[in-house]
Amino acid sequence: MERALFLSFALTAIVAALNVLWRRHPLHSALALLVVLGALTGLYILLGAYFLAVVQVIIYAGAILVLFLFVIMLLNIRAEEARLERRPIFRWLAVPFALLLGAEIVYLVRVFEENPIPSGTSIGVTEAVGRELFTTYLLPFEITSIVILIAILGAVVLARRG
Amino acid sequence: MTTIPISWYLAVAAVLFTIGTVTVFVKRNAIAMLLGIELMLNAANLTAVTFSSYFRELAGQILVFFVMVVAAAEAAVGLAIIVLLFRHRETLNVDEAQLLKL
Repeated sequence: MERALFLSFALTAIVAALNVLWRRHPLHSALALLVVLGALTGLYILLGAYFLAVVQVIIYAGAILVLFLFVIMLLNIRAEEARLERRPIFRWLAVPFALLLGAEIVYLVRVFEENPIPSGTSIGVTEAVGRELFTTYLLPFEITSIVILIAILGAVVLARRG
Repeated sequence: MTTIPISWYLAVAAVLFTIGTVTVFVKRNAIAMLLGIELMLNAANLTAVTFSSYFRELAGQILVFFVMVVAAAEAAVGLAIIVLLFRHRETLNVDEAQLLKL
């Protein structure tokens, strides 16, 4: 059951990620990325990171991707007309890189095959994450608010300049 | 109940990261390149959550939380720059935004 869920989420994520790559219109790519984020939410739940699963939906799917969609629709852009320029050297370079990645994944699966994720009580519940966030990591957590504030200021300043 | 080996999650994360990298390299549209960066960030997040669950240590999930915050800030500023670029150049093709190149 758990493996079936994992395989369905993983396949969904990879196929949708390939769609992000293949689609020419950025709107289609953004919607495919939404599917990737949803599948990753399922994987987070399988890993027991419940808080992160909710945050993933709220922040990534709810805020960041909606921002992308707004900008794409605001700019009224067309699909990319020209495919990438065909330099044969790059196509031949792709083969060794793909082999390298494949070998790396096979090695990884071999090495960690008998290391399953420990099941049982999950550590990523909201209470535990919140406790950790507001005790051990209080200073970094406060600094993130400054980061967000600077980002807002930067976006406003850039928008006013135009 | 069968459990899932840690390597399966890592393999998925590796494939997603690679697809994100290829997206950044192949696309000429600035927004599509930002989408590729988001894909890479998510793959890295999946790795962090996997090891966090494996070692039963919360630090990895806290890290992912901070990565999400930084990704939100990056998306806001990056998209503002893209809107400015479109207003000035009427294009999103990064090959045509080469003011620094003589």
